[in-house]
Amino acid sequence: MSDNAPKVASVADLFAVAYRIEADAVERYDLLADQMETHNNPELVAVFRDLSRAEGIHRDEIRRMAGGIDVVALAPAVANWSRGDSPEEADLAEAHYLMTPWHALKLALAGEERALAFFTSIVETTKDPIIKKMAEQFVEEEAEHVNLVHRLLRKHPRPAASWSSDQDPPIPQE
Amino acid sequence: MSTAEMRLACKPADYTSDIKPIWCPGCGDYHVLMSFTRAFAQLALPTENIVVVSGIGCSSRMPAYMNCYGFHGVHGRSLALAAGLKVSRPELTVVVASGDGDGYSIGGNHFLHACRRNIDMTYVVMDNHIYGMTKGQPSPTTEPEFDTALSPGGTGLRPFHPLVIALASGANFIARCFSGEPNGTASVLVEAIQHPGFSFVEILSPCVTFRPDEKKWKNLVHPAPVAPTNDAAKAARRIMTDDGFNIGILYRGDRKPYQPPNGSLSCELSELEKDFEL
Repeated sequence: MSDNAPKVASVADLFAVAYRIEADAVERYDLLADQMETHNNPELVAVFRDLSRAEGIHRDEIRRMAGGIDVVALAPAVANWSRGDSPEEADLAEAHYLMTPWHALKLALAGEERALAFFTSIVETTKDPIIKKMAEQFVEEEAEHVNLVHRLLRKHPRPAASWSSDQDPPIPQE
Repeated sequence: MSTAEMRLACKPADYTSDIKPIWCPGCGDYHVLMSFTRAFAQLALPTENIVVVSGIGCSSRMPAYMNCYGFHGVHGRSLALAAGLKVSRPELTVVVASGDGDGYSIGGNHFLHACRRNIDMTYVVMDNHIYGMTKGQPSPTTEPEFDTALSPGGTGLRPFHPLVIALASGANFIARCFSGEPNGTASVLVEAIQHPGFSFVEILSPCVTFRPDEKKWKNLVHPAPVAPTNDAAKAARRIMTDDGFNIGILYRGDRKPYQPPNGSLSCELSELEKDFEL
C-alpha cells in the first residue's frame, strides 16, 4: 500500500475508507457532469450522471453493510489521502469539453482499477483476518466494476482522432 | 466541542457556494478551488470570518464559488483592496486569489509593495503562464520561445520569477504548489494562512485550452528536496537554482507583520464623513 493511502487498522476503518472512496467518486462525477452541462455536452452529462448514480448505490450499500459503524462520521477522520485524489475519483485534468463517452468510461476504468489495486494491497498486507476477509469482498466488487466498465467500453468504441476538432475553436485573439 | 471535533465537523462542501464554475473542463483552477475549501475546513474557519478578494481573470472568479465573503475587484488591484480590509478588520482571514497576468503584470507593483508591507494575509497566484480569459496572450511568466500568432517567434522576454521577487521584496512565507495535488496544496494553504505576515503561494495551474502543453506538468512536479528555511539568502539560492517544479514550502520567515500604529484603524462612517465635510 502506498504511504499516501490511509492506514486501515480495523474493520471500522476499512468501511470508512470504502465509503469515502465511493462518496468521493459520486462528487467527482457530479462535478464533471456539471462541467459538461456548462459546456453544452449533453451526452456526457448523461454518462457522468449515470456513473455518479452507480457509485451512489455502491456508497449506500457500504453504509448499509457497515451496520452500526457510523462511516459518515468516521470517514473524515480516518479516510484521507495525503496527496492526490482518492482512488475512484476521475482525473479532472483529463476532462475536455468535447470528450466522448469513451473518454468518460476510460476515466471510470482507471478509477475502478485504482480502487481494485487499493483493496488488493490491503488483502496482501493486513495481518488481521477479519479485515482481510472484508477487503477480499471489496476486491471482488471492484473487479466486477472493472468488468462492467470493460463491457460498457465495447458499446462505446474509441472515437476518431478528430474527436476534439471544433469548428469554432478557442483560438488566441488580440 | 473540542478543536479536533470542530475540524471534523467542518466539511469542504460547507465552503462551496451554489454557483457552478464555468472554467474549461480540465482547468487546474477546479483543483485549486477544492484546495481552498479543504484548507478552510481543516482550519474550521467560520465562513463569516473569511474574505476572498480577487482581481480579473479566470482565477479571479474564485470568490463566486466559495461560501464566504468575497470581493471580485478591479484588474490587478486585489492586493490593495485586501490590504485595506485586513488593516481595518484584522480579525478576518483575508485571502487573495489572482493569476499571473492579474498579479504579476497589471498588479505587479502592488505585489512588490504588499510583500514589503508584510500585512498578515495570504496571496495565492494561479500561474498558467498565459492570459486565459482574454484568449491566449503571453503573460509575465510565459516562456520566451512561446510562439503563437500573438507572439510570432516567441516573446523573447525573460520570464518574471515571482518567488524570488517575493523573497527579495519581503514576503514572510513562500511556497509553490501544483493544482493537481489538491490535498498537498490544501496543507500548504493551511500553513500559509496560519503563518504571520504576508504569505505568498504560487500554484502551477495548467490552462488546458491555450496551453495544452502544460498537461505534462503533472509529470514534472516533485517535492522540494530540502525542508523550508528561514534564511532568505539560502532560500534565494535554492529558488534561483531549482527547475521551477519544486513543490512545497520554500521559505518561512520570521519578520514581524505590519500592524497599524494604533491597532485597528476601523472607525464609524459618521466620523469619516466629518473629515470630508466642506
